[in-house]
Amino acid sequence: MIPPSPHTPPRPEPGTAPPQPESVLRRSFLKFSGLGIAGVALASAGCRIQKDKETDSVNVGKHDLAVLNYAYALEQLEGAFYEKVASGFYAGATAMEKDLLTDIRNDEIAHREWFREVLALKKVPKLQFDFSSINFTDRRSVLTTARTFEDIGVSAYNGAGQLLALSPFLNHAGKIVSVEARHAATIRNLLNFGSFADSDVVDANGLDVVRTPPQVMALADKYFVTKVTVDDLPTH
Amino acid sequence: MNLTTIFDEIERVDPEIYDRVDARRSVINRFARVGSRLAAAAVPVALGGLFNKAYGQKLPTDVLEVLNFALTLEHLESRFYQTAVGTPGLLPAKDKINVIRDHEVEHVKFLQQAITSAGGTAVAEGKYDYTAKGLFPAVFSDYKQFLQVAQAFEDTGVGAYKGQASALKSSNELLTYALRIHSVEARHAAHIRFIRMMNGYAKVKPWIVGDDNTKGTPLERIYQRESDHRQVLINIEDIGGYNIGDAATSSFDEPLHKDEVLEIVKPFLA
Repeated sequence: MIPPSPHTPPRPEPGTAPPQPESVLRRSFLKFSGLGIAGVALASAGCRIQKDKETDSVNVGKHDLAVLNYAYALEQLEGAFYEKVASGFYAGATAMEKDLLTDIRNDEIAHREWFREVLALKKVPKLQFDFSSINFTDRRSVLTTARTFEDIGVSAYNGAGQLLALSPFLNHAGKIVSVEARHAATIRNLLNFGSFADSDVVDANGLDVVRTPPQVMALADKYFVTKVTVDDLPTH
Repeated sequence: MNLTTIFDEIERVDPEIYDRVDARRSVINRFARVGSRLAAAAVPVALGGLFNKAYGQKLPTDVLEVLNFALTLEHLESRFYQTAVGTPGLLPAKDKINVIRDHEVEHVKFLQQAITSAGGTAVAEGKYDYTAKGLFPAVFSDYKQFLQVAQAFEDTGVGAYKGQASALKSSNELLTYALRIHSVEARHAAHIRFIRMMNGYAKVKPWIVGDDNTKGTPLERIYQRESDHRQVLINIEDIGGYNIGDAATSSFDEPLHKDEVLEIVKPFLA
């Protein structure tokens, strides 16, 4: 008997509205499929995402914008972490470790800056992080934190896919999540060779971890000085 | 290129797009909560019931096709690793190829259950020629060559699942299961690449850098889009003023379309 996966996101009460004809939906999707080819022309500036100075928190907005901002917040976390790691490697770091960690830093910067450009004026601001729980001079502290961030990242993207309404965004989230999974496997192998897909992350059906935004933010919360509110994210 | 207002533009062109997507999804997901409470192994059975109710009969043909396409690849991988693990002296135990074998066997079983319980017919295992008509003659005797083929299968699998993601949008459950398999395939790919890198068998990283020097080789199709350093018209090279080197291509994995994948695996079909 296989126990239920602890990672399956909870489901909201379903709505009752009838589905629209497939053709209508397809037409509206087609309008945006040009996203990858022609881009979307500039129109109005729209409202910006503001930080609440009282609570030092940001709300990520609604719909796909919110999901992308949520991803952007996580990429900011990873980027800041690896930037610090690579600015002065832990004692005894091998040439291979430095090379791999520098590559990963660069990937995370690419993700972060890509989201920053896509979200443009709709992005959450630059977030502040608290890395005081990490000893950056200690290999084990750095790599176990990296493993945590990468595994969380994979589970976050796996859970965010179904929250995205528009195909171009889903496709690009897919392009990023497999790179995060490559990072996760690599960090795991550095810590303990052969643990790239251990049973703590891959279940008895061969499925990776999936987490909802609140589950992810609960795990990552201690690293965020600026709190990110995911309450308005889609839940289905 | 100014992408400032993608979100404004979406709402201007079609203010009700999210309502429409929500409406469609709500019907599909009406029974999803039942599925999440069931034991993991029983989930595909629940999926079948879900679709019977949501669609009045069974899974739409295109969704079934996606699942069978995925199963076709998993069969190929599963038999490959089972053969390798069963070949004495091929695999160093420390490299844990058996872990990958286990996952691929589980993926086959999971997809078979999902398809049959949804009223479809699961595609049968094929007959395979893992030498690819003599291209990799020592695939089960030379570990280096085995790893080369394994990497090709894993990277193809990652691209293949990625290419099908939007075709599964009509079902949150199936999309999420596919994504969860997808990231496991990426972990496998990184591990195989890690072994090759660590031992100096090939000049690769755990991630895909450009076309990984496959241009002009039989494996080039797998990496046909990987040299692209533009994502939605945004140039990743020196993005934000950062010198990120190879990450201009390695930071995003690219999808493979179904016909491309079938062409890639064709030489491995007996």
